[in-house]
Amino acid sequence: MLATALLVFREVLEAALIISIVMAATRGIHRRGRFVSSGIALGVLGAVLVAGFASRIADAVEGTGQELLNATVLLAAVLMLAWHAIWMARHGRELSAQMQAVGAEVSTGSRPLAALLVVVALAVLREGSEIVLFLFGIGTGESSVLAMLLGGGLGLVGGIVVGFGLYFGLLRIPMRHFFSASNWMILLLAAGMASHAAHYLIQADWLPALGAAIWDSSMLLSDHSLVGQALHTLIGYDARPAGMQLIFYVSTALLIYTGMQKCNRAQA
Amino acid sequence: MYRLIALLIVTVAATCAAAEPTQFTVTLKDHRFVPAELIVPAGQKIKLIVDNQDASAEEFESYELNREKIVGANARIIVWIGPLKAGRYPFFGEFHADTAQGALIAE
Repeated sequence: MLATALLVFREVLEAALIISIVMAATRGIHRRGRFVSSGIALGVLGAVLVAGFASRIADAVEGTGQELLNATVLLAAVLMLAWHAIWMARHGRELSAQMQAVGAEVSTGSRPLAALLVVVALAVLREGSEIVLFLFGIGTGESSVLAMLLGGGLGLVGGIVVGFGLYFGLLRIPMRHFFSASNWMILLLAAGMASHAAHYLIQADWLPALGAAIWDSSMLLSDHSLVGQALHTLIGYDARPAGMQLIFYVSTALLIYTGMQKCNRAQA
Repeated sequence: MYRLIALLIVTVAATCAAAEPTQFTVTLKDHRFVPAELIVPAGQKIKLIVDNQDASAEEFESYELNREKIVGANARIIVWIGPLKAGRYPFFGEFHADTAQGALIAE
């Protein structure tokens, strides 16, 4: 049961951290709750579908279907996050000024929310499909269903609690700095996802590794530790990154940063 | 003439065989890897086949190799690895980590 709880917790944690950042980044925006919960619901549905077709997906494209699907999902999320970050660089200041003035939710139209709905759905889909496969595997095994459900429930609750913790922590950032801080978090989240996408493309042999491990910091902070895993999600920490992953990380961060600066200047 | 063609075919076949990466297979049975340790060449890319003969899915994972891939029930996956430096690279099945443990040894 404990093993189940821990595995589910690890998977839920990644999705929960991403959702927390999205919730923080859309603070004060009208109707965001509905968008985020729709994203979660769509993600769960997608996770069940992906798990159901897991073997067929894995066999596709000469056995690299799983990597290609993961990389595509991650890169789609990167695009949406980039778009959101650049949009916020343009509108963030007026948004926070407006929120400080009226102290309430503001309506910005649903375009940035739609992008983030996709990000939430994709995060839940990726992590959720692993949980479904894992739990289904136990279900067909000899262990008791009750222990599985208990462990799964425990892991789910644990992951959500950490997500809420991060969210309320972020809300303590003063309003003046809030949107620029949440925008930086979105930028790092996107860069990390790009690096993770490169990791899958290397694994599928679609891209050269350019150095299988440029450094090894696993002695300092292992990918396996909870802190390492949380940082992996939040900023793309990798204890043994391949060269190509670093290229993806830095280029994504630079592109989004440049986009943010350009839009900021265009507005000023 | 025929000899020349035959020679050509043999040469081409040999070249193709050389270009083909070295392939290794590890089998999953009763949530254990067989063989539990595999010796692989260092300094070149290798193709690892994970053959899951269990009735439940597994995730092949290794922090040292920086790899993670789901392998379905009674299914096989290909994992591209390396080129590795000489050393020991443990891997495990995340869904049954208490028994599913193994390692690549690059020499």
